[in-house]
Amino acid sequence: MKKIQLREIAHARSGDKGDTANVGLIALNPKHYPLLVQYVTADRVKQHFGSICRGKVERFELPNLGALNFLLHESLGGGGTVSLKTDAQGKTYAAALLRMTIELPDSQLL
Amino acid sequence: MKSIRIAAGQGFWGDWLEAPVHQVRRGPIDFLMMDYLAEVTMSIMMKQRLKNPEAGYARDFVDLMREILPDIVKKNIRVLANAGGVNPHGCAKAVKAVADKLGLGTKVKIAVVHGDNIIDRIPELLKSGHHLNNLDTGGSAEQVAAKIQSANVYFGARPMVEALDQGANIIITGRVTDTGLTLAPMIHSFGWSFDDWDKMSAGTIAGHIIECGAQCSGGNCSVNWSEIPRLDDVGFPIVEAHADGSFFVTKHEGTGGRITVQTVKEQLVYEMGDPKSYITPDCVADFTSIQLEDAGKDRVRVHSIKGRPATELYKVSMSYLDGYKAVGTLVYTWPEAEQKARAAFGMLKRRLDALGLKFDEVLCELVGVDACWAEMTGGEGQDIPEVTLRVGVRSHDERAVERFTKELAPLILNGPPSVTGFAGGRPAVQQIVAYWPALIAKSVVSPIMEFVG
Repeated sequence: MKKIQLREIAHARSGDKGDTANVGLIALNPKHYPLLVQYVTADRVKQHFGSICRGKVERFELPNLGALNFLLHESLGGGGTVSLKTDAQGKTYAAALLRMTIELPDSQLL
Repeated sequence: MKSIRIAAGQGFWGDWLEAPVHQVRRGPIDFLMMDYLAEVTMSIMMKQRLKNPEAGYARDFVDLMREILPDIVKKNIRVLANAGGVNPHGCAKAVKAVADKLGLGTKVKIAVVHGDNIIDRIPELLKSGHHLNNLDTGGSAEQVAAKIQSANVYFGARPMVEALDQGANIIITGRVTDTGLTLAPMIHSFGWSFDDWDKMSAGTIAGHIIECGAQCSGGNCSVNWSEIPRLDDVGFPIVEAHADGSFFVTKHEGTGGRITVQTVKEQLVYEMGDPKSYITPDCVADFTSIQLEDAGKDRVRVHSIKGRPATELYKVSMSYLDGYKAVGTLVYTWPEAEQKARAAFGMLKRRLDALGLKFDEVLCELVGVDACWAEMTGGEGQDIPEVTLRVGVRSHDERAVERFTKELAPLILNGPPSVTGFAGGRPAVQQIVAYWPALIAKSVVSPIMEFVG
């Protein structure tokens, strides 16, 4: 088993739509996309964001880009102009997701 | 026509002012597109227009035209911008005056696209069964109808294509989609049919890639960010479109920044919902069909895009007044900076409670500790050198917010030591203009395109 941080195999960008944040997570090397699909589940992401994400997390797959798109509902303190948060648009959530660690079994070591 | 070059000049209202100037001067382009309207921009412009009937549009655009109009005329570049806000005619009049002053009045044909502003029709629309419920929350529009500050329909490429077909070289619009500003020149130049859904989707996705300006050419990029060359002179993106719907994303030679498959991918996933259904007035684009290829230095080829028919609905963006807010900060230093900041907030909170003030939300963030990521950062760490205490409040009672703004400064002499950062004075009370997205049948609103002067 080996622990890796997502930033070692992926890059990301995040944005907002109302009170929902989106995080696009992209494999740096397309051959690592299956690892993202297998380990970065909607449940893991929901757990990772803790109290920030008050709603559900949805996940969409884009195999053509080697990317996953996550929608984090109710995660921006009301969103837009209503929110009091420093990061009312979830701009830093991409970096936050890249901090997440996954555990790879020896058979899948990079 | 073999290919056309469409350049992005502004990714938002407030973007780098030099970018569009460089786009027209540092290499060949055929079209310059600029996006000025964020979701809440329209309500700001409505306020400006209420004070001054001549205002209500992006004045930056007029200043820009003063600078680049001679280049545009000389090189036959055509400009598309949603700079008109809630007063596209006023904006067009100002641009016309600039053109006349430069002696170029007879060389420019200015078109205006409007009809998107439906604020006066809201009561009638609600009465006749168009519910305008909140697209995100499902809330009933009846509850905000009396407080609506702006209501604008997002039009697509169609009225801009009409303007280009009739020879416009400057198109000033109210609310249109950012993607339509890029799609329209392709439909016009290649004679694409409006029901060729794959082509509509290709142009829409091209628009999505360049609509945030440098965000696809090296800006805000998480891949080796420190090695991206010369971001101070970043080249804004250019789409080189072909009639078959394929296109290249590139930038002018000699500019800074970087365009690679990775920078384009990052922009593709920005603000994305369901990737199979990116809905615009022009089509439903499928982001899972996109194929990207490295095509040389700062050059990416995009092809094989598929799409589905447009829906029968337009999106409507409304804004309404929803109370007041204020945010204030203080800076605490070592030792125990974090503990001092938290103690100061506790003290502030007890004082606000003792005054009996009602807030919808009181938010405490420690910038440098947990402002962006809450407990994801791993909780209390070492004895950090300094921290910014940032407190925000929101209330429908303006007096409560007003009083909050007077309760911060006393903490400096009444509370924990080693505190500074109040030079800016009391924070301002801001009125909250909230956003209300909805849908409306295409059959009840129509864009209007007309020429000015």
